Formats: sequence, C-alpha cells, structure tokens
Amino acid sequence: MSTLRGVVNFLRAAARTVAHGNRLYWAWLALLLVFMTSGVAAYAEQMSSGLILTGMRDQVSWGFYIGNFTFLVGVAAAAVVLVVPAYVYDWGPIREIVIFGELLAISALVMCSMFVLIDIGRPDRVWHLIPGIGHLNFPRSILAWDVLVLNCYFAVNFIVVTHILYRAYTGRHYVKRFVVPLVLLSIPMAVGIHTVTAFLYNGLAARPYWNSSILAPQFLASAFCSGPAILLIVLQLLRRLTRFEIQDQAIWKIAELMAYAMFLNLFLHGAEVFKEYYSNTQHLLFTRYWWEGLNGHDRLVPYAWTALGLNLSAFVLFIWPAARRNAVLLNVGCIATYAGCYIEKGMGLIIPGFTPDTLGEIYEYVPTSTELRVAAGVFATGFLVFTFLLKIAVPITLGELASETRRERAPV
Amino acid sequence: MSRRFALSLAVVTMGLLASSTTTLSQAPEKPGARLETPPPPFSEGIFPCSVCHGEMPPNRVRRQLTDMHTDIVLKHDEQHRWCLDCHDADNRDFLHLANGDRVPFEESYRVCGQCHGEKYRDWQAGVHGRRTGEWNGHKSYLLCPHCHNPHQPRFKALAPKPAPKPPMRPGH
Amino acid sequence: MENRTKTPAAVSRRQFASCTAAAAAGFLMTACGPQRLYEVPRARLRTVIDEMEREYSAKYGKHVTVGDTPPMEGVLFAQALDISRCVGCRRCVYACVAENNQSRDPQIHWIRVLSMDKERGVDFTDADAYYNPETVPEEGRFYVPVACQHCRNAPCTKVCPTGATWIEPDGIVVIDYDWCIGCRCCMAACPYGARHFNWGEPSVPVEEINTSTHYLGNRPRKKGVVEKCTFCIQRVRNGRYPACVEACPVGARKFGNLLDPESEIRYIIEHKRVLILKEELNTMPKFFYFYGT
Repeated sequence: MSTLRGVVNFLRAAARTVAHGNRLYWAWLALLLVFMTSGVAAYAEQMSSGLILTGMRDQVSWGFYIGNFTFLVGVAAAAVVLVVPAYVYDWGPIREIVIFGELLAISALVMCSMFVLIDIGRPDRVWHLIPGIGHLNFPRSILAWDVLVLNCYFAVNFIVVTHILYRAYTGRHYVKRFVVPLVLLSIPMAVGIHTVTAFLYNGLAARPYWNSSILAPQFLASAFCSGPAILLIVLQLLRRLTRFEIQDQAIWKIAELMAYAMFLNLFLHGAEVFKEYYSNTQHLLFTRYWWEGLNGHDRLVPYAWTALGLNLSAFVLFIWPAARRNAVLLNVGCIATYAGCYIEKGMGLIIPGFTPDTLGEIYEYVPTSTELRVAAGVFATGFLVFTFLLKIAVPITLGELASETRRERAPV
Repeated sequence: MSRRFALSLAVVTMGLLASSTTTLSQAPEKPGARLETPPPPFSEGIFPCSVCHGEMPPNRVRRQLTDMHTDIVLKHDEQHRWCLDCHDADNRDFLHLANGDRVPFEESYRVCGQCHGEKYRDWQAGVHGRRTGEWNGHKSYLLCPHCHNPHQPRFKALAPKPAPKPPMRPGH
Repeated sequence: MENRTKTPAAVSRRQFASCTAAAAAGFLMTACGPQRLYEVPRARLRTVIDEMEREYSAKYGKHVTVGDTPPMEGVLFAQALDISRCVGCRRCVYACVAENNQSRDPQIHWIRVLSMDKERGVDFTDADAYYNPETVPEEGRFYVPVACQHCRNAPCTKVCPTGATWIEPDGIVVIDYDWCIGCRCCMAACPYGARHFNWGEPSVPVEEINTSTHYLGNRPRKKGVVEKCTFCIQRVRNGRYPACVEACPVGARKFGNLLDPESEIRYIIEHKRVLILKEELNTMPKFFYFYGT
C-alpha cells in the first residue's frame, strides 16, 4: 500500500515536472502539438477514405510508413551502442548517460508501433494479433516474431528505466540483481529486434532486392550509426539546456563507435552493389533503379547519390579523431549520418524492393501529403514522448526531483 | 402396328437412348460412336444440300465456282484441295473421308482429324477448344466448325477488352 | 526499512481479481466475438454465414446467398493455360470481374494479361499489361494471363501474421476477409502480383452484383482487406468450371482435378510440355502454362 502511494506520488511529481517549463519548452511543445494535430486530422481522412489517399498501390504496397517503421526499429536497437560500453565494459563516462539511450529506445518503439498501426488497412482488427484472443501465426510468420520481440524489448526497456528512475526518485540505488540481467538481456534483444525486422524483408523470395543474406548485418550497421546520431545531438542539447554533465569522452567514444558502424554499413552496401553489377543478372534491375533509374524512371536517383555522399562524409568526419572532437564537425557528421541512413533505409530499401514489381511493371511511388502529415504527426508524438521522458529523467538523475522519503543522493 | 414392329422400335429406341447416355463425358472409344455436340453451324437455309443437289449430276472437275457458293473463298490448303475433297460428290448431305466413307456433318471432326490428328486427339480429351459444363461431370463439346470456319479456318483478330487502369496517385 | 512487502493474501487476491477479469474478457471475445473462419466449427458456421447473407442482402437490396460448400474429398484443383492459344483478348479478366464482384472503382482485376516478346519468351522484364491495340493478337507478341497460382508451397500463407489466409484441403488458397488486418505482408510475399488490396471502399454497381457467393470466395469485400482469385470457389465446389475457363473464346484455359488421372489437367501434364512461372522460388504453383501446339 505504501508502494502504491509511492508510485502515485512519483507519477504526480512526474506530471508536475512535465507541466512546468520555460518558454523554449512550451514553444517546442506547441510546435509538436501543431504537427500532432495535423497528423490526427490527416489520419482521420485516411481512416475515412482508406489508404487510397496514400501513394501506395498494388505494385508498391509498402511505402513511407513502413520505411519509417524500419528506420525507427534501428534507432531503438541503437541503445545497445551505449549499453555495451556502460554495462559490459563498465566504462564510467557512458555509464552516466546510458539511460538516455534507453529512453530513446522507448520513444522510438512508440513511433514504430504507431507507424504499423497507421499503415494497416484495418486498425480496428489489430487485436487479431494478440495470442489468446486473436491468432498470432507464430512461428511461421516473421511479422508475428516482430510483434513479440518489439513488445518484449519495449517492456524490458520500460521496466528497467522506470525501476531506475523510481528508485532514484526515492533516493535509493536500483536493485543490481534485477536491473543488470535485464540490461544485459537487452543487448541480444536489441540485435534481435533489428534482425527480425530485417528477416521480414530478407525472407521474401519474391523480392530479390531484399532476398539477400547481408540484409540483417547491414540493418544493424546502419542502425548503430543512425540511432546514436540523434542521441549525440540530444546529449549536447541536454548539456546546454540543463545542469546535466556529460563528459566529452562519452560523446567522442560514441562518435568513434558510429564511425566503425558506418564503415560496416558502407562495406556491406558496397558488397551488395558489387554482387549485383558483377553477376549482372535480372536482379540488377532493382539496384539500377535506385542508382541509375530505369527507362526514364529516375526519381530516386538524386536521393541515392545524396545518401551515399552524406554517409561517406559522415564516415570521414567520425573516423578522424580531430574532426569528431570539433563541435561543428561533430554535429555536421551527426546530421549527415542521420539523413544518409534515413534516406537509404527508408526510400533506399522499400521502394527499390518493389520497383520493378513482380510482373515487371514500374510504378514510381511518391508519398502523398496525407502520408507526410500523418508521418510528421507520428514523429511529433515520438519527440513528445522523448521530451517528457527526459523532462522527468534529467531532474531525477540530477537529484533535483526526489520524494520526501529520499535518504541520500543516489547515483544512477 | 404389329407386335414385332413395336418390339423392334422399342429396342432401337432404347439402344439409341443407351448409346447417347454413354457418350456423355468421355472420348468415344469406338470410331462410330458420336459425341454430344450442338448442331453444326449451317448458314440459314443451306441444309439439306440435297434439296438442290439431289437431282443435279455431280461435276467432278476441279474449278472455281461461278453459279453458286461464290461467297465461299477457300483458304484451306486451296493449292491442293477443293470442295469435293471433303464434300461427298454423290450425296451432298454428307462429307467423306479419304477412303471414301461417308460422314454426316454432325461428325465432321472425323474429316478434320484426318490431317489434324494431334488436334483431334487433344479435342477428344477436352484439351483443344472450348468446353462448358462440369469439370467432374457432364461436359459438352463443340464441333470444329463452331470455332473454325472450315473454308477459312484462320481466326480473325479480335478487339481486346480495355486495358487495366495504371496505378495513379490520388488526385492524378 | 520501507514496508514493501504485501501480505501474501493481499497479493493473491489482487492477482486473482485481475486474472479473472482478463480471462473473462478473453472468453467473451473468443466465445462470442469474431473468430477466424478457419476455426469456426461447421455447426456455428451456418449462423455466421446467415448473418453475412442478411448484411449483404440489406446492403444491396437483393437476395444474396453465401454458400458454405466444403471441399470435396480426393480433389486437388489445378488450372492450365495454353499460351500458344491465348490471343490476349481479356475476356477472362472481365468475366472474372463480373463473377467475383470485384470493385469497379477503384478498379480491381484479379487476372492480369501480360503481353510478352516472342523472341524473349516468358520474361517478366519485357511484360506489358497495358497493351491496347485495335486488334489482338499483335505481331511478335504472345500473351500470358497471370492470377493467383494457388501454390502448394505458398509464401503468402506463410507470412500472414494473423493466419487470415490458408490453403484449403482442395488446394485453393483462400482469405478470410473478416480476419485480415490489411498489413499487406502477403502482397510483398507473392511473386506473381496475384494479391490485390482494397485501397478505397470497393464499389460494384448494384445491378451487376453476382448474388451467388461463397464465404471464402466472391462475397462482397470492404476496404482495407486483401483479395485474389479463388479458382471461383463458389463454382468449382459445385462442379462448375471457373468463369475465366468458360469465357475464353479460344479454349485456352483448362481446369480440373490433379488427382483424377482422367482429367484434362493430367492429360496436359502427360502429353504437353508445361512450364510454371518463377520455378526457382519453389512455390509449386497449381497453374500450368503449356504449349498446345
């Protein structure tokens, strides 16, 4: 009973924290709310008229929504880039900030679930996926696996974070025996969620562009550079906007790890490109559509080369220690990484997989304004969740937000 | 009528009924058994041919017809064949095979089958040409002339039905 | 030390209450709520289907029947198509549209006729579904109609997360339109572009509705679900040929029971050279293309 009261107090305190902020905070929330409202309105239209309001058709049956979903699963998996140095190597500088990786994972997973929900034709039937009351086609369907592992990974992160924060709020250290195994579990789980998402594409023999063994490693590589890119920017913002101290070493180490991940990403892409161009079978058509265009259909070509340029620049910036220690170049690198990975994992993965389609037809998919508005609404929701989580977590970890029963300042 | 006559009539009728029901869905096992088909696609009023040809002496000289049947332009191995190679000279209500056997128009497939043996075999199995009916039961055959004009067998080109609408983004 | 322990009785009471509530909800939803048509016992199926008939009849103002003919024993359906005969007239496409209540706007065609280059043979990179000449067949082109191949090793049924699509005992791959969540994973998995999605609300003119339907076949669909060729399940389970087979003016389409040695399909496999599309994908289709000549 006292625990219940404790939890209620914690939630009340969290709500109070979230409801107070400076002008910048409210301006940010207002901006997010604008996008969320526009998203809800666009989604209402989509619910009413159907997915025909999107640019997807039978020939390209997945598009912007699923592209974003795939990218965001990668971002969620990227928490592992912090967890491994923090818990496996017990490296102090990152140990202090690992919780932000977990918070990012939670926010990203919220967005993932939303993107799936808005993409399916009958969201009112999503309960059909719940084992027991619906029917989950496990283990044959990889999508069924994805539903399970994403929810489990979300649960693990959510439980760990709320436990740590609640304990810190009440002035105690988290229970090591409880947290550490879960956190260590989250490492293979992070690899697992993105591998399963990759297998979703990889297992489709009908789509030769995806039916390649390197898809899973390549997904992980691009995840491990794009997720931390956002995190680095957020960490620098936290430094600027709060009293939270983040050691430079932590930031530089993350940037260094990103460089290695980007190398692997580029290498695996290069391997794919070699195989397609050298073997020169009909499967080359999909790769050519992306890099060169086919029969005058070349809408994606500028994006392909831009993404490559961004990724290469990011790699160079991060592999060079002096560059990643320069604040400007570091942030340029982060933005370049994020944009480059976003393009090649969103458009660069989904659309060429469907173009040309199974019967040789080329339909150039372009997202409609409905899709853009709904997606912006989902991103805004994710950012809102992340903002709220940070608004609660930072004061707690700084010891500024604590319950009356707090005994001593507890390190996180 | 006499009892013997009535009895023979009854036997013949029953035999006819029996033979017609047994040739329903399988290919004929005996060359003489007839398959169930719709009637031959004669032009209006052209049959029976004996109405005109009954009294006319046959002219077996190979030539271009000028008095009648000028609407028929033969484009079916016309370098080597002409009318009387299929139509029986002595009885125009029948066709004939290469060995001289008379064949009624309801069995014209036997005539076509002489040269187009493979098609004939496929047609008997139901693999050549249209069939309607039941995949596990009664099926009907069409005669060769129902689809192929025996004088100009090559199919005429058809106008295709409309192409599917290509996928378009909303508002386009 | 903060008293965090609850008395064992209190814990079990709370747990018991929540478990019971969850179980009751689950029971209500499974016992009374919608179930996959795959799992509905035959006794209850008729009730479910009667409800469908009432709904459709009310919607279209005509008496719509929804059949529930079960699969026949010893039957495995297959179709064959003579690509030396097909002239690309598309009469099969529109016969199918009429028979199976496909949406006219947005347009859905379950059959797609591809025109291909004679010199390159069956090659999808050269396929054109939008040919529109004055007459067919066109010089140098041949025609390959493609619809659901009713694969024995169907990739679509493997990937469906809710089990809304499955292979019936008589070999027809069917979809439960009331269970499908519209995730379109099956469409990504199908190598033949055979599955079609209701992107918008389907519309069929009332006067053109085919009122003889089957619960797994041509009953009217709603937006947000996937649909495809069902070998005209409403016809073939009652002994009739599919609409496309009957419509073909040149007799290029053949249909029958693979398990019957006397069937047209078996004759074709024995005497003609058949080919299947994308055989390297090991889907084992039951749609055989052959050269009759």
